[in-house]
Amino acid sequence: MEIFNHNSNFNFLGLRKFSIGLAVLLMIGSIALIMTRGFNYGQDFLGGVAVQVEYKTPVDPSEVRGALEKAHLENPLVQAVGGTREFTIRLQPKGDVAAAGNMTNDEAATKVSNDIMAALKASRPDVAMKSKSFVGPQVGEELRSDGIVAVIFVIVGIMGYLWIRFEKRFAIAALATEIHDVLVTLGIFAITQREFDLTVLASVLAVVGYSINDKVVVFDRVRELFRSSRNATPEEVLNRSINSTLSRTIITSLFTGITMAALYFIGGPVVHGFSITMLIGILVGTLSSIFVASPILLWLGVSKQDLMPKSKEDPELARRP
Amino acid sequence: MSDFPRWKYALVVIVLLFGIVYALPNVFPPQPAVQISGNRGAAVDTALKSRVEGLLASAKVPASSIELDEKGTRLLARFGNVDAQAKASDVLRADLGDNYTVALNLATTVPSWLRAIHANSMPLGLDLQGGVHFLMEVDQNAVIDAQETRYADDIRALLRDKNVSYDAVNRNARGKGVSVVLRSDADRQQAATLIGTDYPDLVVSDGPSTGNRFVLNATVKPDKLRELAQSTISQNVTTLRQRVNALGVSEPLIQQQGPNQIIVELAGVQDTAEAKKIIGATATLEYRAGLYTPQQAVDAARSGSVPPDAKLYYGRDGRPYLLSKKVIAKGDELTSAISGRDQQNGTPNVSVTLNSAGARKMQEFTNDNVGKPMAVLYITRTVETKMVDGKEVKTPKITEEVINYANISSPFGKQFSTNGLPSDAEASELALLLRGGSLAAPVDIVGESVIGPSLGADNIDKGFKAVMLGLGLVLVAAAIYYKLFGLVADVALFFNLVLLVAVMSMIGVTLTMPGIAGIVLTLGMAIDANVLICERIREELRNGSSPLAAIRTGYDKAWATILDANVTHLLAALGLMTMGSGPIKGFGVTLFIGILTSMFTSVTVTHAITALIHGGRKLKTLSV
Repeated sequence: MEIFNHNSNFNFLGLRKFSIGLAVLLMIGSIALIMTRGFNYGQDFLGGVAVQVEYKTPVDPSEVRGALEKAHLENPLVQAVGGTREFTIRLQPKGDVAAAGNMTNDEAATKVSNDIMAALKASRPDVAMKSKSFVGPQVGEELRSDGIVAVIFVIVGIMGYLWIRFEKRFAIAALATEIHDVLVTLGIFAITQREFDLTVLASVLAVVGYSINDKVVVFDRVRELFRSSRNATPEEVLNRSINSTLSRTIITSLFTGITMAALYFIGGPVVHGFSITMLIGILVGTLSSIFVASPILLWLGVSKQDLMPKSKEDPELARRP
Repeated sequence: MSDFPRWKYALVVIVLLFGIVYALPNVFPPQPAVQISGNRGAAVDTALKSRVEGLLASAKVPASSIELDEKGTRLLARFGNVDAQAKASDVLRADLGDNYTVALNLATTVPSWLRAIHANSMPLGLDLQGGVHFLMEVDQNAVIDAQETRYADDIRALLRDKNVSYDAVNRNARGKGVSVVLRSDADRQQAATLIGTDYPDLVVSDGPSTGNRFVLNATVKPDKLRELAQSTISQNVTTLRQRVNALGVSEPLIQQQGPNQIIVELAGVQDTAEAKKIIGATATLEYRAGLYTPQQAVDAARSGSVPPDAKLYYGRDGRPYLLSKKVIAKGDELTSAISGRDQQNGTPNVSVTLNSAGARKMQEFTNDNVGKPMAVLYITRTVETKMVDGKEVKTPKITEEVINYANISSPFGKQFSTNGLPSDAEASELALLLRGGSLAAPVDIVGESVIGPSLGADNIDKGFKAVMLGLGLVLVAAAIYYKLFGLVADVALFFNLVLLVAVMSMIGVTLTMPGIAGIVLTLGMAIDANVLICERIREELRNGSSPLAAIRTGYDKAWATILDANVTHLLAALGLMTMGSGPIKGFGVTLFIGILTSMFTSVTVTHAITALIHGGRKLKTLSV
């Protein structure tokens, strides 16, 4: 069975002005959104108290919110998880007026979670607590800086590897596309205001891993075709590379997408953020592998000479296809 | 077939067998159980077993089985469900009292032949089995404060001893050391030499001098501060571990994270207040004179009539001691306690250093009491908070234990050692307890979470279904799209799951919900290598290669791509693993192992199967 015509020779590079223009626009838009709207940071990063509750019968989120506000718990964040019976309620310790005072962080947090349960029980006695957690504000700060270090580590590592195995233009093109993928994924988070927590951060890094995988496959073909073709222009080589890896690019994305969709639909609320980020990232990464990475390579002036095996320096490399 | 050497077949078979065996334990779900172990030499025997059976029967929560382990140190009662387990532990805890520790446990049901070859199931994370999680932070400022105050006291005493006249010895701002104000430059130089030789951990430098004020600054070396910070953390980790044992958690996780944080995870515990009470306890210690003979102490314990000048205490092994009511020195006067070996006879010992105030009192006492016993009393103070009439009432609970009892061989003051300890392990435990009672660095709880047991079971269920559905969908899609080669890839993908689980179980990776997400993602991406291979083979066939040649070149050419793609992906997984602990790490570790196993199954295993199917046959077409 084949979905894609194996003789396809679509001129992807012909679209480069349009596709790169769109990519740049998307990046600028994402940056603007991130700057203006910011992220809806989760408890992991902001600190505060989160309580997960379950009702015996369905209940409206606004009713839950109302019950909390009646008990003078300010700015509660009520989120339905998995249907209409389970909710996560998030609150900063200072949002509980009664708990403010000279208590230590964890004492205040315990008080807040008790107050939340008392307020909910007052309006609906069929509510039960499934889990609760408290994160100190300073912990979130450390996590964020850890996250930035991890992202830098990953990017430098991958660039270094591509630089050695391919050539510096490939490393730069991969880096530029990676930044595009991450920014656009984050931009979608800024626009939808989905909760941004630790698992989402983990999946953003996983998106980097997935998308670099995609690019490397195309780059590998570019290198192979440059070496084997005699008189083809760089544009022709790049076009042929994209076309001949096209069916693999899309099939792999579909397969990975299927598993992530399975995770999204039945994995429960804990992995919702993770799977939705991966789904977005897979889509963005696949499109950028086809439309963005290669035009950048072309503009950087990739040529046959750069990729010919340096047989004197490295006989191992010469034997490779 | 020449394409695929025999040794590789052997390798594939061996690895797959190994994978199946080591993944197998995960099929056996652990059983809720209650574990009972004796304290202070309380016997764990068949009599206890029948007593437990009786208690459970009268509470109407009979155990499905009760077993006594070979060494006779603990009793394990297994239950059908979590509710029965909780009820049983409450009943047993109330009735067995302080002499036994009753702990919630998840008992393994893995057959003994598997355990004999160290094949165990993956431990489950808190999010999958329920429990409490604390993130604690040690107040490093308090450690610095304590050190600098201590040095200020010591310098004062030193200068007084050596008759160096000074105007003032005071602490500077935190971390800036101690400033000594002297009256002449000569005094300053003398003081600098004295401090430099007595306290090598201090850096001495001249400060500004005006008129007859000559300032000398002594700061603690940064290396020393770092070392102190680290020892405070390890100290706290050890103290916590000992206290948590009292909570009755069979396998608590207590570990350092970063420079000044400690993670405490207690599976099965649901009551944070109770847990906090124990881990928030503070410890101190007291040196006291030992009075009367051991026999008199035993008699006093039995009859209950204690001499008026003494008080009755018990050791950790339950032995009674009669100690003086007067305290010689206290924990905050102890500067260090290090376990080691006696230089003369090589027996394990603990060397103790006191500060100057403690040293003076110790010197006075030991001068008069050579040959008599001295004891160390370890005091733990916990605060219990109860709600009485809507008000919080805090009642302290104090436990006192004799941790050391030894005769004074000669007078001593600042430095002395306890010799003749039975083992190195006991020496290091004593040193730990002494240090634990000396420095009370405040530990703040900066994060906590409680995961209900039903949520844990829910997560396991959802995670398992997600893995199965993800796997099933990919298996069907691959078989439809690549026909025979798809089926071969399916077999490999299934083995990838088996191998991934086997490796994770062997290393002992804790399975968490993000870890399960990592498994699902790995399954989705592992098929990529097969897609690459199949697409290559199709291409080669289109270019006019013969089927066998297409397979050979397909695998050859795809391998270079697979390697490059996977190495970059491994780098990304490595980045995730470096990110502290918690959910991201579990995900990163799973991804990392998954990429490695998938490289083997997707390439080597499929190649072996393909070679087996197509080898030695004349083929006109390939089902790809």
